[in-house]
Amino acid sequence: MSDPRPAIAVVTFPGSNDDRDAALALDRLGADARAVWHAERDLPGDTAGVVLPGGFSYGDYLRCGAIARFAPVMQAVARFAHGGGLVLGICNGFQVLCEAGLLPGALRPNASLEFVCRDVRLCLERADTPFTARAEPGQTLTIPIKHGEGCYFADDGLLADLDRNGQVALRYEENPNGSVAAIAGVTNERGNVFGLMPHPEHAVDALIGSGSTDGTLILGSLVDAARERLLTAV
Amino acid sequence: MKATILVRPKAGILDPQGEAVQSSLRQLGFRVGEARVGRVIDLELEGADGDAARAELERACDQLLANPLIESYEIALDG
Repeated sequence: MSDPRPAIAVVTFPGSNDDRDAALALDRLGADARAVWHAERDLPGDTAGVVLPGGFSYGDYLRCGAIARFAPVMQAVARFAHGGGLVLGICNGFQVLCEAGLLPGALRPNASLEFVCRDVRLCLERADTPFTARAEPGQTLTIPIKHGEGCYFADDGLLADLDRNGQVALRYEENPNGSVAAIAGVTNERGNVFGLMPHPEHAVDALIGSGSTDGTLILGSLVDAARERLLTAV
Repeated sequence: MKATILVRPKAGILDPQGEAVQSSLRQLGFRVGEARVGRVIDLELEGADGDAARAELERACDQLLANPLIESYEIALDG
């Protein structure tokens, strides 16, 4: 018998543009990616994971992610997250999760004020989360970034909390955007919600980009964890 | 009734836009110190006025117009 394909909802907001790449990558890694429109009030009943993709939801008006946070589907995503469901936010999805209060901190314009689009090397600080279990602790990952507002901010008190709780899962080897403590990705305290600025869905095919497939370590971990939850729930 | 809301990056938070504005002004020969760039939102209010309007605008700022982690805001009511 083949492994069951866990349903992973990929939300499309107006202005999302990495939703189809994320869905394709998830499908290739063994998931059953489901496109979910932002106006939906519920996630598919068998949803085992949620991905908020990259893009420019609602034109990035006001602040990145500030308006997407009020999309009808976000109430369902928040319920899913509060119930312990796995939620991954990539780039704009990370910004949305921060604005929605599902992840700590905020993302601000890059310190350089320039849009940065290139591969970056990342140090994996936590390999014991549902989003990183396929990788080794301390492993260096090469994954592209492409953003104008990826400068992660947390004040001193919050930063101390994140370090104490081990919520910083990913750091840049060389800080490309002025993020505090070179933070590239954080989890919530419970560890079931993860946001990162790099794009794992753009590093899944050796024939594309620089040829790195390190993105599969992130997305594949999510698929594994979602499948495990599916099997234990049955 | 009209309201003007000023949203600013909080003190101490890096403001790269402000730095770029300062540097450009200096290149043009203006003798300026630190510059900070925020956002102005002009609103026309329907219904509430006075203290009730202010309370409602504070809720609007806290929920949407400003991110309290990184921004402060000021509300000015007119007429």
